[in-house]
Amino acid sequence: MNGGILLQLVLILAPLSLVAVGGAIAVLPEIHRQVVQVYGWMSDAEFADLYALAQAAPGPNVLVVSFIGWKVAGAAGALVALLALCVPSSVLAYATAGAWRRFRDAPWRRAVQTGLAPLSVGLVLASGAILTQAADTSLAAYAVTAATALLVLRMSFHPLLFLAAAAALAAAGWL
Amino acid sequence: MQRTEAADPSADAPTITLWALFLAFAEIALSSFGGAVAWSRHVLVVRRRWLTEREFAELFGLCQALPGPNVVNLSIHFGTRHHGAAGAAVAFAGFLLVPLIVVLPLVMLYSYGGHLETVRTALRGVAAAASGLLLATGIKLALPYRRDPAALLVAAAAFVGVGLLHWPLLAVLGALAPCSIFLAWRRHS
Repeated sequence: MNGGILLQLVLILAPLSLVAVGGAIAVLPEIHRQVVQVYGWMSDAEFADLYALAQAAPGPNVLVVSFIGWKVAGAAGALVALLALCVPSSVLAYATAGAWRRFRDAPWRRAVQTGLAPLSVGLVLASGAILTQAADTSLAAYAVTAATALLVLRMSFHPLLFLAAAAALAAAGWL
Repeated sequence: MQRTEAADPSADAPTITLWALFLAFAEIALSSFGGAVAWSRHVLVVRRRWLTEREFAELFGLCQALPGPNVVNLSIHFGTRHHGAAGAAVAFAGFLLVPLIVVLPLVMLYSYGGHLETVRTALRGVAAAASGLLLATGIKLALPYRRDPAALLVAAAAFVGVGLLHWPLLAVLGALAPCSIFLAWRRHS
């Protein structure tokens, strides 16, 4: 039953691997568009829940894609989704590992690196905006998002503290 | 400057075994809450002393410029540098497969617990805070560009196109990346 879905996951994620400048977060909006809007595999709220779970769990951010894979096609989906998003870019990284060191001072290399960086900054912010729209269904939730953003910018508490505090607020029925 | 010191990182190669490489990247992965960048620096520079601050900055800059998850790229580059393809595979496995095995039971728990209203409600709070955390990360990344109008314009265009108008990422990237690289090229030359 799963073969078709696993193949679809690979076809969605593997090309994104090669354009994920800025990391998995940069392609999260596109993954959201595909799995929620195009395929309808989960709702907006479920997608936001999975992202929140990935934030709360230890591990690199890219693990969120294995959570999405799990939701779509179980344990095989988790593994296939993670590999589909990471293997193509890793093969490219391996191929460039030697070349990049050889062309360390080449002007074209500096232009590519400098040019792509602000693009990835904009995409991280775009992911934040999309998740805010998906996660925040009340004024209080928007307030938690804004307060978290401000406090993280101003102070150096462990981010988990904010996630735990917000979970407690929500469980108490305030969001 | 420290040119001589940075010139031959392979001099360290014999002291880092494949197993040590695996353990280091598993440690980075399992310590990482909300992003692995800080922890990869902590483990590789502070705890293991396998890289100097400068070497780490160089390596990470390159890994950010390449597509794909940044710290996954870091594991590939660092692994390759010390043990070739085997090193890349081992660092990759430590960084991705170990946390997958550890956190998958957590996801299972969620998929059963997801029906419980309290868990769902609490997760709604976590989601609200997590998006705030992401926005703050984006703002922190944007701060170094605050006196660079061209870079801010590119970042703003990407943000509006993808984040607010919900355009497909590939179209936005295809339009903006060549412009941005061209602007950077002109500034350098």
